[in-house]
This record gives sequence, C-alpha cells and structure tokens, in this order.
Amino acid sequence: MATDIGPPDYRTMLPEIIKKNYGQWKYHEILKPGFLKHVAENGDAVYTIRAGSPRLLSVDKVRDICDVADKYCDGHLRFTSRHNVEFLLADESKLEALAKEINEKLGFPIGGTGTCLSNIVHTQGWIHCHTPATDASGIVKALMDELYDYFVSEKLPAKMRISLACCGNMCAAIHCSDISVVGVHTAPPTKIDDKNFSTWCEVPTTLASCPTGAIRRYPEAKSVRIDEEKCMYCGNCYTVCPALPIASKETDGIAIFVGGKVSSNRTSPKLSKLAIPFIPNNPPRWPEVVSAVKNIVEVYAKNARKGERMGDWIERITWPTFFKLTGIPFTMKHIDNFTGALTTYNRSAHIKF
Amino acid sequence: MSEDKTPKLDELEKGPWPSFVTEIKRAGKKKASANDLLKQLELSYTDGVTHWKHGGVVGVRGYGCGTIGRYSDSPDKFPNVAAFHTFRVNHPSGWFYTTKALRQICDIWEKYGSGLTNFHGSTGDIILLGAPTENLQPCFDALTGEAGFDLGGAASDLRTPSCCVGAARCEFACIDTTDLCNDLTQTFQDYIHRPHWGYKFKIKISGCPNDCIASIGRSDMPIIGTWRDALRIDQDAVREYVDSGLDIVSEVVSQCPTEALEWDAKGKKLNLKPEECVRCMYCLSRMPKAIRPGLDKGATIMIGGKAPLVRGPRLGWVLVPFMKMEPPYTELKDLLEKIWDWWDENGKTRERVSELIERLGIQEFLKAMDLPPLPEMVAEPRTNAFIF
Repeated sequence: MATDIGPPDYRTMLPEIIKKNYGQWKYHEILKPGFLKHVAENGDAVYTIRAGSPRLLSVDKVRDICDVADKYCDGHLRFTSRHNVEFLLADESKLEALAKEINEKLGFPIGGTGTCLSNIVHTQGWIHCHTPATDASGIVKALMDELYDYFVSEKLPAKMRISLACCGNMCAAIHCSDISVVGVHTAPPTKIDDKNFSTWCEVPTTLASCPTGAIRRYPEAKSVRIDEEKCMYCGNCYTVCPALPIASKETDGIAIFVGGKVSSNRTSPKLSKLAIPFIPNNPPRWPEVVSAVKNIVEVYAKNARKGERMGDWIERITWPTFFKLTGIPFTMKHIDNFTGALTTYNRSAHIKF
Repeated sequence: MSEDKTPKLDELEKGPWPSFVTEIKRAGKKKASANDLLKQLELSYTDGVTHWKHGGVVGVRGYGCGTIGRYSDSPDKFPNVAAFHTFRVNHPSGWFYTTKALRQICDIWEKYGSGLTNFHGSTGDIILLGAPTENLQPCFDALTGEAGFDLGGAASDLRTPSCCVGAARCEFACIDTTDLCNDLTQTFQDYIHRPHWGYKFKIKISGCPNDCIASIGRSDMPIIGTWRDALRIDQDAVREYVDSGLDIVSEVVSQCPTEALEWDAKGKKLNLKPEECVRCMYCLSRMPKAIRPGLDKGATIMIGGKAPLVRGPRLGWVLVPFMKMEPPYTELKDLLEKIWDWWDENGKTRERVSELIERLGIQEFLKAMDLPPLPEMVAEPRTNAFIF
C-alpha cells in the first residue's frame, strides 16, 4: 500500500496551451462577464469561461462537466478558489458553443469576473458539520438566486466577495470579505451532559478552551458549570467537549459583517466589521438574511465610486453614514468589548452632523 | 411514503442558481446514503439544528489525518448515513485536472461512497462526502493505488497548502505559485498526514499582492509574490488606454495610494517614481496591458492569519519583506521548520501560531527565528513608554 505519494503533479494536468506558455503571460482582458482572454509574449491566447457551481456536486454532474471539457477543452479544466469551474481553450471560435453547453447542459451561469459578484465561498452547515449555528448551502443558494444578475453581469463598482461560514469557527475564513454571513449562537451551553462529561471530556482542557474564563469546575457532578454572564457563545468549549452542546433552534441565527478584503490593492487588507448582529434562522430560504444582504449590495452599488471596494467606500463615507444609508440600526452589540475594544473606537473629532 | 418527502429542500430547487438539492437527489438515484442525507437535512431544516454527532475518530492505515469521522445522531431514522465519513483529497496545485483523473475519482467514489463531492472544500481539498467506516480503507487504497491521489490535511497538522493560478495563467504572478505549492506539499507529506502539533497550520500562496487565494486572512503563513525593482511601463500601451477613453488622471494616477505616478499630458507619458511605489497592484490591475511587475521578483513572507476562534480574527503581518523564491526553496523551508519547532515547543493545545506570538511576545518570536526587527514589519512603532 502506497502512502505519502502526495497529489498528482499539476504539470500532468495542464492543457497544452498552458504548458506551452507557462510563465510567459503578458496581459489579460475580460471580453465580457465570465469570459477571459490571456495573451502570451509570443501572441498565443488562451480563453477561459468561468462558470458558477453549487460546490456540492454529484459524481454524475462531475462527469457531465468532464463531457463538456472533453468536447471543447481537450479533456482539461480547472476550478477556482471560489468554487467556480473554468473551461480553458485556445480556439476562440468555439467559445459561444461552449458557453451554450455550460448554460444549457450543465445549468451553470457564466460570470464572476471583474466587477461581477463572485461565487460565495462557504462551509458545510447542516449537511455535514457537527458545530454549525446555521446551514450553509441553503442560504448560499437563496442568496445567489436573488443576486444572480450581479454574478452574470458587471453591475458593481468593484469586485465583490460574499462568503458564508456556519459558525464562528469559520472554516471558510470569511472574516475579510466584502460581506460575511456568519452563523452565530446567542446563548450559553446550559444543557450540560453531566452523565457523560467525565468520560467524554477533560476538565483542564475544557476550562482552558474558554477565552473569557466562564467555565468553572463542578466536582459534585464530576462536570463543569458555565458563568452565563461571562459566556460569549463562541462554542470553543463544545469543540473540545461534546458534553457542552450549544446549538439551539431558538437562539442560533445569522450575523452579517461588511467591508473586509484580502487584497492589498490600493488600500490595506481589512477585516470585516459587524453590520447586523442577529437574524433568526428561517429555512428553507432565509428571506430576512437575503433581503438584508441585498439591501447592503444595492446601497453600495448605488453609492460607491468606480473601483471602490465595500470597505473603502465605507471608510470614505464613514460608518455612521453607512448605517444611515442602509437603514441598519446601530446597537450596543456593534461596539467591541472583546479583543478589538478601544482600538476600534472613534479616536478623532471627525463627526458628520 | 410521506417521510420521504422533502418539501422544504424542494424549495431550494427553484431559482436560477444551480441547486445542491438537485445534486443530492441525483446521487440519490444510485445511492441510498445520499437519500438519507437529504432526509436528515430536511429534518435539520425543520428542527433548526444539525443532526451530526460530535466527532468520532476514523482513519486509514498509516495516517493520522485526512479522514473526518461523522455519525448521525438519528441512525434509526437514517441508517444509511449512520456512519458518513469524509475524505479530504489533496488537489493538484492550481486545481487543474484532466477529465481522466476526475472520472477516476468519480468511479472510485461511486463504488465506495455516497457519490457526493465538494469541488472544493474551504482549504482546497476535494471533499468526498460520506462513506461508511468499512469502506474507508478500500476507498483510500483505490485513490492512492488506481487514481494516484492522496489525502489532504485535517485536525492538528499541516493543512493542504493551496495557491492561486499563478504562472500557469496570470501575468501578475511574481512567483511560481503552483510549483511552490506542489513542492511544499510533497516535501511536508509527513506533516500533512500525521498530527504533529497542538493545532493546525495553514500555508497559502498568492502570486501577487492582489492575493486571489486570500492568504493574508486564511493562512498562518501567507506567501505573497512581489518585486523589488521598478514597475515596467509600456508607454505605447498606456496611450492606447488613454486614446480609447480611460481617464488616466482620475482613474489611475490620483488613485495611487502613495502618489508614485504622474501623467505628463503634453508628452502623453506615464511617469513612475519607483521609490514611492508600495506594490499595491492598483495601476497594474487597471491597465494590465500597459503596466507590469518588475523583473527582480520574489515573495513577501507573512505570519499569523487566521479565522476568529478564539481571540478574534487575525490578518497576517510581514515577517520577511522579500525572499527570493526559487526551487528547492531551502530558505523558506528552513524558516517553516524553525517556526514549527518553536510553536511545537511553546504552544498550547488549540493555540494557533499567531496566538502564541501574542502570548509570548513578538520579540521572543523574532529572536527564536533569528530575524532582525524591521520597520516593514509594523504599521507603526509602539505608542507606550514601557520599553522592554
């Protein structure tokens, strides 16, 4: 049995046109939403069509994708870091026919380039995770249905990345997206399983897992208790100790953060900041979350300058103006009382009246 | 049968965006486990909580990571997903595939698992979603033996490194991201497959400061391509942009964050003050035909990016402003080993490297790394007088 062979060498996976011009690319242009043209020093061009996928694919769907790539792309394709499929080919004349098959045979939209909305990076949610505060794929589907036009056409001032994580673990690391949709718990883990605590959990590890020191020993039951006043519902204790379940239909829901980015383009990368602290879960289509996100997208699209990312726009207009324009109420919860305290306060006399 | 109905999830088959529910149903035509997954998910949509139990240790011979145990909390109702474990399969650098390779994975997964996949998971792996315990070893044997794929990282190990498309299809790539990613992945197989440390460590590689792989937020060590000499400007191409309607002053020159550009309207020439340029990528991204990175290329090595759990989210910060990035990447690998040794020696369970640096102090860290303090490492120097 072979072990530690590692992934296949990427060089064995590259299309001929890529192999030939590897490292020799000169410039690119976006022909239209979802259509890229990269030109090499020697004049060779490779065309790319980017298609949005639901990330979760049946093997039969993957085979359908392969059929299309066999027909048009000599049996090669790639995926992007944001769950899109990219079909690459050297023959420009085949582009329209390929696009038609992507739309009709695969049912995938084409777009997500330039100032289009990109596909939503997301986590597993109720489909396959044990710690989520919400589902992932369902909200993403509902959001992308509503924001579909922004994916297939360039209607935004700059690129926009929406991401979703189903709990604060944030395995999709979405904390620096233009809009981050995050599952949150809003109540402490009070249904402590005393019976199983001593077999499932270690007291020191459980105590140490709490960032606010809210967990106390409870020797009477060989278990622990939570100081509810101190708990910030992060769920870290549940991750190390299954006897401290925190998920709850009534108190789990969604928080929305805005204005983050990872690129150093023009301004420094930024973390996303809290816009809406809590929206209850409302499956299957989370209409309140969808309309809240759409509102933010539309206000941004209407007001930001060309080339201005969400966070750059908000910094220019100031946060009070962002809350005024979006109609989102500002609450006590927006003021950080954890590790961002003080440094995130307005330490200037810059105030608009 | 009424319990087979999924009215809530059926709602998610409506609308223009492709539906994951349709995918689960399609897999369900062949696989009972996919059907049970759908039914259990419908129950979650009613109950408002997950129906997966906490954890469970599963694995394949010789490996400590790469499979994730998952058990239903309602095995009586959903017997076909009673045990429904995940494989993380390490993707080829840059996520390039031949259809032959993908079809092989599909055939294996149809034989041993649910027929459901993610292309891809958040860390970059191919996710094979759901197999019973007894199928893990034969499925792994087929993946490595027949298809030539191996497992990626999970748990307290080196997670699967990932990178942007890089030199394969991007003119901005200042380093060969796909080669570096592949090299690190192969070099550190042991760290990926066995849990060596107190917590996870992530490496992500972007070819330029646009950071399409989101390394600065999503990895303990972001590696970002850059250049030391001046931008290359093709004045003919600049004039083409201007002649075709680009307002170069308002859209490019005045947007430069450090005022490194000047437009000579008379001579129709874009002048650069190279000493002012901070390599933010703005002008290149606006005028890719006219402006290119310099020729003295390498990478900025950063440290400390991570998601919020548990002391809050962190962006990576500068550790080495510039490092040449040529195979066999010895300097980088030595630095990684040094960081891992220090973190392994000092870190607590579930403490990411940036949290350890915060706890023990950056000075301790830099001394241990034998790295000199540099002004490029800080946004500003300290503001308190407690100089120690």
